[in-house]
Amino acid sequence: MTAQDPLPAPLGLLAELTHRCPLGCPYCSNPLLLDKRDDELDAATWARVFREAAALGVLQVHLSGGEPAARRDLPEIVKAAREAGLYSNLITSAVGLTPTILASLADAGLDHVQISIQDSDEPSADHIAGYKGASARKRALAVEVVRLGLPLTINMVVHRANIGRINPMVELALSLGASRVEIAHVQYYGWALKNRAALMPTREQVTEAVRQVEFLREKHQGRIVIDAVVPDYYARFPKPCVGGWGRRSLNVTPAGRVLPCHAAEVIPELEFWNVREHSLAEIWRLSPAFAAFRGVGWMEEPCRSCSRREQDFGGCRCQAFLITGNAREADPVCHLSPSHTLVEQLAAASEDTAYSYRRS
Amino acid sequence: MTEQSSAVVPPVGRPRLVRGVRLTHSEAHGGWVLLAPERVFKADAITVEILKRCNGEVTLDAIVDELANTFAAPRERIHADVVTLLTSLADKKLLEFQQ
Repeated sequence: MTAQDPLPAPLGLLAELTHRCPLGCPYCSNPLLLDKRDDELDAATWARVFREAAALGVLQVHLSGGEPAARRDLPEIVKAAREAGLYSNLITSAVGLTPTILASLADAGLDHVQISIQDSDEPSADHIAGYKGASARKRALAVEVVRLGLPLTINMVVHRANIGRINPMVELALSLGASRVEIAHVQYYGWALKNRAALMPTREQVTEAVRQVEFLREKHQGRIVIDAVVPDYYARFPKPCVGGWGRRSLNVTPAGRVLPCHAAEVIPELEFWNVREHSLAEIWRLSPAFAAFRGVGWMEEPCRSCSRREQDFGGCRCQAFLITGNAREADPVCHLSPSHTLVEQLAAASEDTAYSYRRS
Repeated sequence: MTEQSSAVVPPVGRPRLVRGVRLTHSEAHGGWVLLAPERVFKADAITVEILKRCNGEVTLDAIVDELANTFAAPRERIHADVVTLLTSLADKKLLEFQQ
């Protein structure tokens, strides 16, 4: 997109219904400063946000958190998404989500469920989640999802402690009846950034993991779809973060702030608007945070003259800020970035320290 | 790779989109789209015509016959288009065949 192009229509809305979560995963992408329960938007406001989102062009809503099931009015929220004509996707830890609530979500029109699995090895999974018995509960609920006829995705976040078990994790997803697996290497924001040294795999581990995913994809073609999020600290080019800033998606926090991506609040210069004060259309069109890095006009070199600038949009603004201190720099993951050596140093700085668990 | 386990398209099977996959029209995105778990596919006119008929009640052969009639096009070509599309969707776990 260039400055002259019309404003794009967004495709997806990430609705963070709450930051409350029973699990303590050290790679959590939520911010260190979590929204409080008293500040959470009520179901009627979410319903209005969904209607505004649909009118703006949004097709899919991802109901996330924290743990969305921590909200008792979740069935009402799912129903509102359906009534707005949105495709609803529940992103859940499965802990705290009972079969009864799940059935009421299915009745309310839920389209898809994504359950996170921390590891195929149960003691390790519970250790990573910081919650004894989490793994067993997740497996039981996954079976229930499939029994209800809802499509299931198993999401596995990959890092140093479980990166060698991608194959058994995919086998686990198959045995649970999932139609899709998402293998997401940790992205270092929020709590994950705080735990970076404890989570970072080696380059050899990452290379092997990428090879393994390719192998499994071919092996299971037609049985299960395997999508992978690449580990960007070892990449040559950056990821096209959120498909381009203010181009395809919006994120609404539990308290109603609207962000171009879930980590955007780490960039201090940005001003976020709230759905309590503005319509979603106004925010998409006019809010300073969305305008800040939309298109290519904000870019500095080497991005400004790069042939890939409309392919990866300079990578991730949050990562550029977190590592270089300047949100307008190229994502330092890019080998063309003058700060690329910082990423190499950070990737090498792994140590076996205890996790700092996320607690809400 | 030694083995490809691509979905087989049975001529007497009755194709339908699986639960969690929906074909819908979007003004904002300029046409028909196929909504699936964490994915959105733009659907061109031919795809839409085929998918509208994939309701789990009509066999693949009957769909091909009907399309060939409606669009006065050679049956072999329509058949090839339909099989290509349905195989690709079945591989992505977006479509299934009722027996």
